[in-house]
Amino acid sequence: MAPPPAHPQRSPSPSQPSGKSEVTDLRSQLRQLAGSRAPGADDAKRDLFKKVISNMTIGIDVSSLFGEMVMCSATSDIVLKKMCYLYVGNYAKVNPDLALLTINFLQRDCKDDDPMIRGLALRSLCSLRVANLVEYLVGPLGSGLKDNNSYVRTVAVIGVVKLYHISASTCLDADFPATLKHLMLNDPDTQVVANCLSALQEIWTLESTSSEEAAKERETLVSKPVIYYLLNRIKEFSEWAQCLVLELVAKYIPSDNSEIFDIMNLLEDRLQHANGAVVLATSKVFLHLTLSMADVHQQVYERIKAPLLTQVSAGSPEQSYAVLSHLHLLVMRAPYIFSSDYKHFYCQYNEPSYVKKLKLEMLTAVANESNTYDIVTELCEYAANVDIPIARESIRAVGKIALQQYDVNAIVDRLLQFLEMEKDYVTCEALTNTKLESSSMQVLVKDLLRKYPQWSQDCIAVVGNISSKNVQEPKAKAALIWMLGEYSQDMPDAPYVLESLVENWDEEHSAEVRLHLLTAVMKCFFKRAPETQKALGAALAAGLADFHQDVHDRALFYYRLLQYKVSVAESVVNPPKQAVSVFADSQSSEIKDRIFDEFNSLSVIYQKPSYMFTDKEHRGTLEFSDELANLSINAEAGDSAVPAQRVEANDNDLLLSITEKEEGRDAASNGSAYSAPSYDGASATSAASQSLADLAFSSTSGSGQAPASSFAIDDLLGLDFSVGAAATPSPPPLSLNPKAVLDPGTFQQKWRQLPLSLSEDFSLSPQGVAALATSNALLRHMQSHSIHCIASGGQSPNFKFFFFAQKAESASIYLVELLINSSSAKSQIKIKADDQSTSQAFSTLFQSALSKFGTA
Amino acid sequence: MISQLFVLSQRGDNIVFRDYRRDVHKASAETFFRKVKFWNDDGEEDAPPVFNVDGVNYFHVKVAGLLFVATNRVNVSPSLVLELLQRIARLIKDYLGVLNEDSLRKNFVLVYELLDEVIDFGYAQTTSTELLKSYIFNEPIMIDSAVMPPLGAASIFVKGNKRMPSTVITKSVVANEPGGRKREEIFVDVIEKISVTFNSSGYILTSEIDGTIQMKSYLTGNPEIRLALNEDLSIGRSDYASSTAVILDDCNFHESVHLDSFDTDRTLSLVPPEGEFPVMNYRMTQPFKPPFRINALLEETGPLKAEVIIKVCADFNPSINANTVLVQMPVPKFTNRVNFELDRESVGNTTDFKEANKRLEWSIKKVVGGAEHTLRAKLTFSQELLGNIMKEAGPVSMTFDIPMYHASRLQVKYLQIAKKSKAHNPYRWVRYVTQANSYVARL
Repeated sequence: MAPPPAHPQRSPSPSQPSGKSEVTDLRSQLRQLAGSRAPGADDAKRDLFKKVISNMTIGIDVSSLFGEMVMCSATSDIVLKKMCYLYVGNYAKVNPDLALLTINFLQRDCKDDDPMIRGLALRSLCSLRVANLVEYLVGPLGSGLKDNNSYVRTVAVIGVVKLYHISASTCLDADFPATLKHLMLNDPDTQVVANCLSALQEIWTLESTSSEEAAKERETLVSKPVIYYLLNRIKEFSEWAQCLVLELVAKYIPSDNSEIFDIMNLLEDRLQHANGAVVLATSKVFLHLTLSMADVHQQVYERIKAPLLTQVSAGSPEQSYAVLSHLHLLVMRAPYIFSSDYKHFYCQYNEPSYVKKLKLEMLTAVANESNTYDIVTELCEYAANVDIPIARESIRAVGKIALQQYDVNAIVDRLLQFLEMEKDYVTCEALTNTKLESSSMQVLVKDLLRKYPQWSQDCIAVVGNISSKNVQEPKAKAALIWMLGEYSQDMPDAPYVLESLVENWDEEHSAEVRLHLLTAVMKCFFKRAPETQKALGAALAAGLADFHQDVHDRALFYYRLLQYKVSVAESVVNPPKQAVSVFADSQSSEIKDRIFDEFNSLSVIYQKPSYMFTDKEHRGTLEFSDELANLSINAEAGDSAVPAQRVEANDNDLLLSITEKEEGRDAASNGSAYSAPSYDGASATSAASQSLADLAFSSTSGSGQAPASSFAIDDLLGLDFSVGAAATPSPPPLSLNPKAVLDPGTFQQKWRQLPLSLSEDFSLSPQGVAALATSNALLRHMQSHSIHCIASGGQSPNFKFFFFAQKAESASIYLVELLINSSSAKSQIKIKADDQSTSQAFSTLFQSALSKFGTA
Repeated sequence: MISQLFVLSQRGDNIVFRDYRRDVHKASAETFFRKVKFWNDDGEEDAPPVFNVDGVNYFHVKVAGLLFVATNRVNVSPSLVLELLQRIARLIKDYLGVLNEDSLRKNFVLVYELLDEVIDFGYAQTTSTELLKSYIFNEPIMIDSAVMPPLGAASIFVKGNKRMPSTVITKSVVANEPGGRKREEIFVDVIEKISVTFNSSGYILTSEIDGTIQMKSYLTGNPEIRLALNEDLSIGRSDYASSTAVILDDCNFHESVHLDSFDTDRTLSLVPPEGEFPVMNYRMTQPFKPPFRINALLEETGPLKAEVIIKVCADFNPSINANTVLVQMPVPKFTNRVNFELDRESVGNTTDFKEANKRLEWSIKKVVGGAEHTLRAKLTFSQELLGNIMKEAGPVSMTFDIPMYHASRLQVKYLQIAKKSKAHNPYRWVRYVTQANSYVARL
């Protein structure tokens, strides 16, 4: 079972004194030494402190020694000081009263002559994390930020973030963010600059959920002056700080192509960096900058290929896995670019299975006419592998490649060889694959027929042993039985084999196999009725008597069908089959795009977008104003929403929106694969609407009327602004409950139950479209009109929102689905209402509220 | 952004545990270890280096039998965290001389000092061995390296080459030598890991060399160093390169390396930071002469019997030896007994049949260049084989170290240290080693 926990206090062994007595022991020794100035006292203290920290590490609670530790800390010995700081940082939070004791000496140390002591003390002071001590922090932090030593400044900058987490208001009141911004743009030390950037990103990201201003400040980080300032110094930064800067640059939207090329030229040599994180961050910049230039984008793939491959083969297995996952993503997006590099994706026998699995998928993806033979030969070697899961995956990969229909003959031969291998798992996979094959190859009937004699022989050989232990896996057996039914006209023995299987009905433990058997017998019956009649009768009888519900039901269903009309039964059980060309991809293209947007992050490793594995409050700076793009239930809408529910709701929402999304994309892409849409979440709408947004921001402040210049731009972009500043419909006498509450589950349930009462299309004002670029702005705006958002999602230019509202002094609820296409400024609402008679009035209200969006 | 960082022993004990942001629960180390140990039911698969449990991301790297683990809750670059963990392990090694459980336990206070400076509130600060020196005050407690099993790539030099002072690999950058003076020296190691796959007829299917030029400097005063490589070295696929030229597919360099004259005379200049670091990583798929040829034969000799013959030929200069050669081969799963037969002159050979995972193991302590070794093994099966025996056994895989051998022919032509004075003449060591990464012959 579980490994023994590393907590001695839970399982005190005779050789190790229990934590408690040791702590008492330490306390008395510390007391003895506290006031001692004897020579050697410091050494004795060091040993004692070490013991305390060692106990702390293994999880023994030594917080009760706090007082004694602080008493001993009056020392000039820096090693002692550091150990004491470490201890205090760990336990101050649980001892807020005693922590006050430390403030004194920490504050004194913050003024020490030695910059190192100042830095250390300041770091410890900020790490106390005791809310009632924040007043003591502001002074030392303020002077730390101005310290002439860069070490103290780096510590102070991070100290500001720590303070923000203890007390955001204190941090903001002291105007620290502004100080950091100044430091970021002026400090000579690059580590100070990097820390300022981290700190500001963290603070403004957290603030932006409640403050418009913070959101704007955060946007300025990706403005041209800041980006260029950082880029020009990029080589002075440490490699870790370079990653930070590059991550920011990837969010920057250059104004024109020459800017893009300038940035890429500047960063070209970062691809030769030994640190994989730098190389990946640079790759992300390149990939994202060139999204709108299909040909250059492809060149980027070619350019980053070699450095990434080098990263995969250098470094530890863990590092190479991280890079390989990214390469995997690129291969999946553009297999043709990697088709000549397939040998790099061959598995090595000593690689961990998580690496092998990725490689197998990559091999499958890059297979084409010219390399299929080599790849399949290689994959067949893995099928004999001692590593069973990988052997399975390999055969599955062969099957998938076969479905792509290159060199099918060779592959079928290989699959048939597997059948001879007498390894259970191999047979299973091979059978399942041959099943896929045969369904895929209906188009290639000739090939199929030519293969038949040999094939059926093989099958019969296996079937001969079916009662023995050779094919035990239910899946294999099911596949085999499926084939018997499907191709019974070509296998002379089929009815008899099936019959013997039916005779052994009771010995078959897997319901899945019994289900398949029922169907196979039915199919066989329609093809060779006289021979199968007996078996069918027996199978139906056994099925009806079966204790398994599904088997019973299916038998009954077949029985009734046959009773009704044999021809109908045949058309149900044995319909003309369509060829399986390619199996449905497990992931939607939307999810894949989202993962690509989050290149160089955990999303790539987990192969899912970040909203699926992070809590909302922990979405870090990576997602950067991504709230709109993330399909997320609005937190304020339903406090009761548990995470699981949330995910489920997200998924459903996602499913709902895929089709519209695809349509939108097709319309927008105009032949080039990577045109404007889907840049980086909502912060970056397409370049056009971004510049529009900038204009609108600058021009609409204050007045509700956009100046003529912005209209001209709107006109150029073909936006219909007639609704914009025109007279807005006056709100009808329908009032809503401003504090309406609805949880997501109920919303979904209602949305499914209620009929559509109203659906309208209308245009959005250009200001409204522009304001969409600011995350959550629409949600806040609508909320001020007592219409609450429950879920939002989509990616520029297509956004989707779900709102709800409640009629004042009534339980009547309105549900709204709002679709907005920001490039055409068109929107559509669908309203469902408890009280259908008022839905027109509500619609007017909704539209009037929406028309004011962006003009306020 | 990192929330916690901890180092676990192989048994899952916390040796060092640092909580930076306190947004991950305290029992994370326990959760992590259980997850890694029982990744799936049959324990056959390794846990991936990054995984998520209940919203917490766990990153880990294995170094010297220790698990370096980071946790967090936000979406970050996995590469960054893993690189950082690896770097922290290297930093600790630079400071402690030896990195293992024992040295870490003895020096955990020093390690805490390092961790405090390397990461602040989850953000990476500096990882430069040199810069950190001024912030580290604990003296490392050296452990007796003689009794410790040697670790890592560098350890091969101890075994392989008597001329090397064995203390070098275990020397801390901060500890003083007995005698008070530090020895001025610099080590440049060219480490090449080769992967070769032979098909059943001995033809090479794939081959690759992954090389690193690693440097470890104990020079004072940061002198500039020039490192000259082969002049006929070319990078990227060029069509007109002569057959003798060394053609690298790609390479990358450490930050400190200046490539100003690299294009003209293949010289790297750098001011080496202290501690161990890779100057250059390179990758080569150009065909090269594999150091070993492997012939393997498997024949059914009766209904319940088969014979395996494995022949290994060392295809390199007799002045060079390969060390710790290990040949392995999986055999059919019904094998229950194996009788080995070795050449008469094969001293230092051991053979073993690992019953649990049905594998032959043949280890040869030393293989002299040009030598040929043969192993015969008679297999007995408990059951008759139904299928093709060739599909049930193999492939033959091999691991080895060959000091003073460089498969790629990439060379350090000279190593020049900018002299401060005439008396200043530091020791310079340039060493080569070729190791098997994946060296496989199929049946």
